[in-house]
Amino acid sequence: MSTPTNRAKRASVPESALLLDPYLDSIIEPADHRAIEDHTPQPDRFAQLDRRGFLRASALAGGGLMVTYWMPVREARANAESDVNPSAARENSFEPNAYVRITPDGYISLFATAPEIGQGVKTSLPMILAEELDADWNRVRVEQAPIDPQVYGRQSAGGSRTLASSWTALRKAGASARALLIEAAAQRWQVPSSECTTEPCVVVHPPTGLRLDYGALTDAAARIDLAKLAEPTLKDPKDFRILGTRVTGVDNRALVTGQPLFGIDQTLPGLLHAAYVKCPARGGRVAKANLDEVRALPGVRNAFSLTGTGMPTEVMPGVAIVADSTWAVLRAREALRIEWDESSAAKDSFSKASEQARGLGPRGAETLRETGEVDATFEGAPKTVEGFYSYPFVAHAPLEPQNCTAWFKQGAIELWAPTQTPDRALPVIAKVLDIPQDRVTVHQTRAGGGFGRRLINDPMCEAALISQRVGAPIKLLWTREDDTAHDFYRVGGFHRLRGALNAEGKLVAWQDHFISFSHDGKSPVSGGNISETEFPALLVENFHLSQSLLPLATPCGPWRAPRSNAIAFVVQCFMDELACEAGRDQVEFWLELLGEPRWLESGNPYALHTGRAAAVIRLAAEKSGWGEKLAPRHGRGLAFHFSHAGHFAEVAEVHVDESKRISVTRVTVAGDIGPVINPSGAENQCEGAVIDGLSTMLGLALELEDGRISPLNFDRYRLLRMPQTPRVDVHFVKSDFAPSGVGEPALPPLAPAVCNAIFAATGERVRSLPLVGAGFRTRA
Amino acid sequence: MLRLLVNGNRIERDDIDPDTPLLWVLRDSLNLVGTKYGCGIGACGACTVHLDGRPVRSCSITAKQADGRAVTTIEGLAEGSDLHPLQRAWIDLDVAQCGYCQAGQIMSAAALLAKNPRPSDADIAKAMAGNLCRCGTYLRIQQAIRKATSDKREDA
Repeated sequence: MSTPTNRAKRASVPESALLLDPYLDSIIEPADHRAIEDHTPQPDRFAQLDRRGFLRASALAGGGLMVTYWMPVREARANAESDVNPSAARENSFEPNAYVRITPDGYISLFATAPEIGQGVKTSLPMILAEELDADWNRVRVEQAPIDPQVYGRQSAGGSRTLASSWTALRKAGASARALLIEAAAQRWQVPSSECTTEPCVVVHPPTGLRLDYGALTDAAARIDLAKLAEPTLKDPKDFRILGTRVTGVDNRALVTGQPLFGIDQTLPGLLHAAYVKCPARGGRVAKANLDEVRALPGVRNAFSLTGTGMPTEVMPGVAIVADSTWAVLRAREALRIEWDESSAAKDSFSKASEQARGLGPRGAETLRETGEVDATFEGAPKTVEGFYSYPFVAHAPLEPQNCTAWFKQGAIELWAPTQTPDRALPVIAKVLDIPQDRVTVHQTRAGGGFGRRLINDPMCEAALISQRVGAPIKLLWTREDDTAHDFYRVGGFHRLRGALNAEGKLVAWQDHFISFSHDGKSPVSGGNISETEFPALLVENFHLSQSLLPLATPCGPWRAPRSNAIAFVVQCFMDELACEAGRDQVEFWLELLGEPRWLESGNPYALHTGRAAAVIRLAAEKSGWGEKLAPRHGRGLAFHFSHAGHFAEVAEVHVDESKRISVTRVTVAGDIGPVINPSGAENQCEGAVIDGLSTMLGLALELEDGRISPLNFDRYRLLRMPQTPRVDVHFVKSDFAPSGVGEPALPPLAPAVCNAIFAATGERVRSLPLVGAGFRTRA
Repeated sequence: MLRLLVNGNRIERDDIDPDTPLLWVLRDSLNLVGTKYGCGIGACGACTVHLDGRPVRSCSITAKQADGRAVTTIEGLAEGSDLHPLQRAWIDLDVAQCGYCQAGQIMSAAALLAKNPRPSDADIAKAMAGNLCRCGTYLRIQQAIRKATSDKREDA
């Protein structure tokens, strides 16, 4: 059991972590450094505020106040991690969730503890804290916290759960800090604290008109007896001044002026540059390499082969080149000749797997769920529909290629990396280098896109090993080709579907044989699984879901909206097939299936709620002009998908000309993510999700033959460009449910909405992605 | 000897291989890291800079080809602390998500506006077609370019 005393001991860690972190060195004034160093935590400065939360306030010598707040987040985190690491189990249920530093000049520093990968949490999370603290946003500075999960708890970005898991904790933290400042002012004025209130960054006492800036109260606040502090009350959402307003990104100015924010921008004195060349088929080993020749090239300091750990998530076998400059590395690579031993390398072929999958029937090797009388219903049904769906492997392709700067010296290592999981890098690096974890320091940089790729820290492991070997600071940079060839891919897959309609055109039976891949022959690869409760499992009386797993050696991983990014395409297209076969309007067909408003899994607030689903479908239909007449060869398509606690419906409008050239002209998005923290960020995420979804379904596919992935660069892996970008209208249902993240759930409905629109425009059903593989062309 | 005028500063270096792509001269030798590497083959536009005022992909131009010419990078777009109207529009409209491509986007847009102060939407789409945004911020990029052109007109 945790006790306040334990908590106080652990609370001594943040200070030392701050001191160790050169990234923060550049943004904390020297005075603050001394203050933190001199401060000794006092157990009595720490109190349990209420049944669930803990508060600690400390004075910063030289002036200022540091407030720390802990709250149990085990439940939220278990959910958050389930997509990425189902076995993640942590014993410790209490974590500090929020840090607030108020300096005498009235500036407030909030620590962003989660990585910023473009999803906007470096702005949105501090907004929550600032709201309850009643801070003036113009006097808030956001700092990236050092990486130390012992201190900061979970420091990962994934599963769109950062927001959901932090909402209550951040609100309470902000409210507690505000209560502390009010108490400090009340004591100074010798008035009851209940008579005091706040305006942005100012405590006021309306009866006397007394006012004190937060900055003037920091010393007094640090001396308050926390045990006597009343439990803070949270604001009524109607009084929010910051939440729900459009707040621009805290790093915007630095971004548009080209400041060094990203992993690739890191530099160190005496920095060397490195490449690490691996076998194009995963698992190949270095048989022979012309290392002597490469070492003799201009600028090259060293070239050597590594056997690695043999784990794709750590270090696979390969050849490292270390040189004075990036260009020297790239030139040396051109001269590098490696003979690979591919006896244990991947031999995978997606085209062969596809052939095999097409030969399989409606029932798979393993039944995941069976309810009602499936076979009998199909036999007796007046109308049945069948379809075989497929989708390919795709890459994450974040625009900033994988990279890591590492400096191994005197038995310890420091790393700078654009990772989504800096906290999880610590034990892995320690393992790979065979050093204690307390000798590993990770600095979080901004990441040039993540999309799930940076949940895995293999580039950090490689950089660490190379730096250890050469005993110098190195920056490992993957080329674009490396990045595509050594990804953890969104796995391709297949579904054989059957659906039955009754005489009234109602969906009465659903059968899905999901054909996916497995590394071990037992469980599906990451991102290649399906939940037995996946829509429409809990809504159709006669339901059968089974799976068959084909062998695969190539690594796969979470890709933006894991599973959902493919399942929504299949399920929502097939829903449309059924609605069309039944001769029903899609909106009506979907709403009939959803039925009465209810949670589909009782007791699980992260489950689908049929009322929320119906509301977003209605809103998307209304805003898109659903049902209004369109010109010939134009069509609208509807799709709905629930994932990552977000309910999203989208309507796409397309035009397809006689030569199958397709233009997506407009996409209407309707989402319910609870209260919208920052509309600017949320709308941007939805627009981006639509464009990402469209980019992927229109033109992206990787070939996998003989264990090798192709194409590897953007000349043939063709992401969507501005001229193909549709108008996107984003609407949110204003709901009072708990807020949830928006980085992922707007993506899945896009592909089926477009495919359904193509059917409406042309009568041609798309069952295989991408569209360019199905004979469609895109507008130049 | 490599001679460049980078953001108005005269650079003379004798330690640079003439075949080095301008991108790596900027990033590694001159520590101007705002210009980004994305693909190395001129397909993504993240490395866009101006060479004598024209937008080029710096990954596909060698030091030798740039010798004796004027290079403007994202770091040199503002005049002192006075941001370019595009940079202001990018901040105000909250364009960036991850932000990695945005320096290249802004440099392409700046070259467009220098040549064509009132571009149509089609002009914008055409001029920006060489710049990928993996996060999909194209709509806000369009809006920001439009905003910058109208702000410019108000200033005039």
